[in-house]
Amino acid sequence: MVIRAHTKEEIFSILSVIPDPEIPVVSIEEMGMLRDVLITDKGYEVILTPTYTGCPAMGIIEQDIKMTLNANGVSPVTVKLIYDPAWTTDWMSDKAKEKLRSYGIAPPLHSSCNQDVFAHNIIKCPHCGSSNTVMLSRFGATACKSLYKCNDCKEPFEYFKCH
Amino acid sequence: MGDDALIHSYRLSEWCSNAPILEEDLALTNFSLDMIGRAQALLTYAGQIDGKGKTDDDLAYRRGERQFYNHLIVELPNGDFAHTIARLLFTSVFEYYFFAELLHSADITLAAIAAKTIKEVKYHMTHATDWALRLGDGTEESHYRMQKAVNSLWMFTGELFETDEATAVLEDKNIAVDMAVVKTKWKQEIERVMKESLLEVPEDEYMQTGSSNGIHTEHLGHILSEMQYLQRAYPEATW
Repeated sequence: MVIRAHTKEEIFSILSVIPDPEIPVVSIEEMGMLRDVLITDKGYEVILTPTYTGCPAMGIIEQDIKMTLNANGVSPVTVKLIYDPAWTTDWMSDKAKEKLRSYGIAPPLHSSCNQDVFAHNIIKCPHCGSSNTVMLSRFGATACKSLYKCNDCKEPFEYFKCH
Repeated sequence: MGDDALIHSYRLSEWCSNAPILEEDLALTNFSLDMIGRAQALLTYAGQIDGKGKTDDDLAYRRGERQFYNHLIVELPNGDFAHTIARLLFTSVFEYYFFAELLHSADITLAAIAAKTIKEVKYHMTHATDWALRLGDGTEESHYRMQKAVNSLWMFTGELFETDEATAVLEDKNIAVDMAVVKTKWKQEIERVMKESLLEVPEDEYMQTGSSNGIHTEHLGHILSEMQYLQRAYPEATW
């Protein structure tokens, strides 16, 4: 039996500090991965959606959620992965996008999602703001990013793909 | 479909550190990772439906080859880069149209997995199509290799659209998809890409079959012997 000592809002605010393990400047909440918290007789169930099905960070995020909540006296905690509705970069908050940009990752463009995935969009350099950039590789160190280079400041950078 | 994702993922992972260029190494292993995720989602669900308490790991690591139902095309050795690309083209175009149909499945879990998967498959398909164009409409050598790959893989494409009693029952319940629809769209798109790549579409002659009954090529056993080694040698091993 669980005494309903914690509200949904409280749990959200505890979880909002958990960073994305691969892009630690943004939280899992800002990424739009944290979908819901269900409070039942059996405990607290955190509903999570993966960015990519094969995202290797999911296991770590699940662990982080359990550890963080337990450390705050919230238990028992279960984490449930859902696929519907499918995660999209449209769920990323503007604040998160700005954080990505200042971290050196060009944030995803909103409107190109679900269109031609490789439509020739202009991706602005997150370092100098130039639009004179070129794609080096569609695929990067993680499934969610492409590699670009800025022709003006000559810096390479990553672009968070629309999804 | 879960076995397809698992075994194709294994094959693509073999390109890690072996691809012709670094960007390609990243691309193929990215796809491999997408497929592992898809395999996890589908095999976890298969285990739940089966109701015998089997996890995705049980299904991946504790089945023999006769209990695997992946299409033969995904278990074939990688061959050269053209061979890998031709296979990726055939399977990703198939998966794109298959999952597009599965979006409308009466089974909400399958529909949700399809919605997630189709976004990823779109990237795989675009990539394979681009390479088919570059290789087919490239040098004499690249054209020769691409055509050779297309010719040798063609007999493994018929199996993708096979149906049986089980799929017929599921189709009646609007759970499984109409393979005739998928086949028509697949053929149309493959013919378009082949034409643009200056490649010839082979004639439909003898088509390989067997995987829906667990009959495989000799290659699957070798994959499993490596993939399942640890779980076979140390059955109780945990992380």
